Amino acid sequence: MAGVKFGVVVFPGSNCDHDAYHATKHVLGESAEFLWHKESDLRGVDVVVLPGGFSYGDYLRCGAISRFSSVMKEVVKHAENGGHVIGICNGFQVLTELGLLPGALLRNESLKFVCKDVHLRVENAEGAFTNRYEKNAVLQIPVAHGEGNFYTDSETLKSIEDNGQVAFRYVEKDGTVSAAANPNGSLNNIAGITNQQGNVLGMMPHPERVVEQLLGSSDGLGVFESLVDTIAGSVPALK
Amino acid sequence: MYKATITVKLRPSILDPEGKAIEHALQSLEYTRLSGVRVGKEIELTVDAEDAATAEKLVDEACSKLLANPVMEDYTFELQEL
Repeated sequence: MAGVKFGVVVFPGSNCDHDAYHATKHVLGESAEFLWHKESDLRGVDVVVLPGGFSYGDYLRCGAISRFSSVMKEVVKHAENGGHVIGICNGFQVLTELGLLPGALLRNESLKFVCKDVHLRVENAEGAFTNRYEKNAVLQIPVAHGEGNFYTDSETLKSIEDNGQVAFRYVEKDGTVSAAANPNGSLNNIAGITNQQGNVLGMMPHPERVVEQLLGSSDGLGVFESLVDTIAGSVPALK
Repeated sequence: MYKATITVKLRPSILDPEGKAIEHALQSLEYTRLSGVRVGKEIELTVDAEDAATAEKLVDEACSKLLANPVMEDYTFELQEL
């Protein structure tokens, strides 16, 4: 079985890039490399990871400047050709600014930076990023953001829901959706969504921070394992 | 040359928690006649354009591409000849 190559994009201000690298290379045992934002070659990676952090200091709007980096032009092409892209936290913000995912991430309703463990329910366990989980499984994964309040107009929201694009939702420990379980005011408690084709995922919580018992939990590893199953298990593209 | 003053605000349909927090502070100062607080940002820039129509087109394009996110924000701008 051929290995999967992860490429972690590094913007000025990224600060979860090493976590993503560690998760994919050392814990998962796949190959991984960093992709500097000025590069214009993805070096044949199978999965692009847009990591968390404060790219370009969050100037103007979170993710607004990063989306014009030269590496992002290649990331868009990669996604349009069906390649997999995962944006975590700031990476999710970049993906919405870029238009690869619908909606926007507004300032948290509380106006506060929220840094804590939350519970997520797996809404769609058939996707490329979630097939290792059971549907409705409840995961404990940390969030750390000031702008994670998912918003979109009601028509788009309906289509996201109807198409099964919601990957994760903020819930109570027992899996019920409640306002109290929502850390940021996101519509429908949405924590992560995919695009319509299912090859691009954006999520505010940090799965790369919970990938081994040493870190307290390995609930987040399934996201990366799912990708390996999806890519290594699929018919290899002709070289 | 023109100077553009651009105002970017959250769209009216979007809750502005910062505006709400400021409104509460105003209320606690007993400014009971002040309400409807919305917070935006102002961006100033210089436009090298031969006429106002060209300047307007350039600024409008920059606003829709970068300076505002149409999913959540509206923008307006004024031009002043330098």
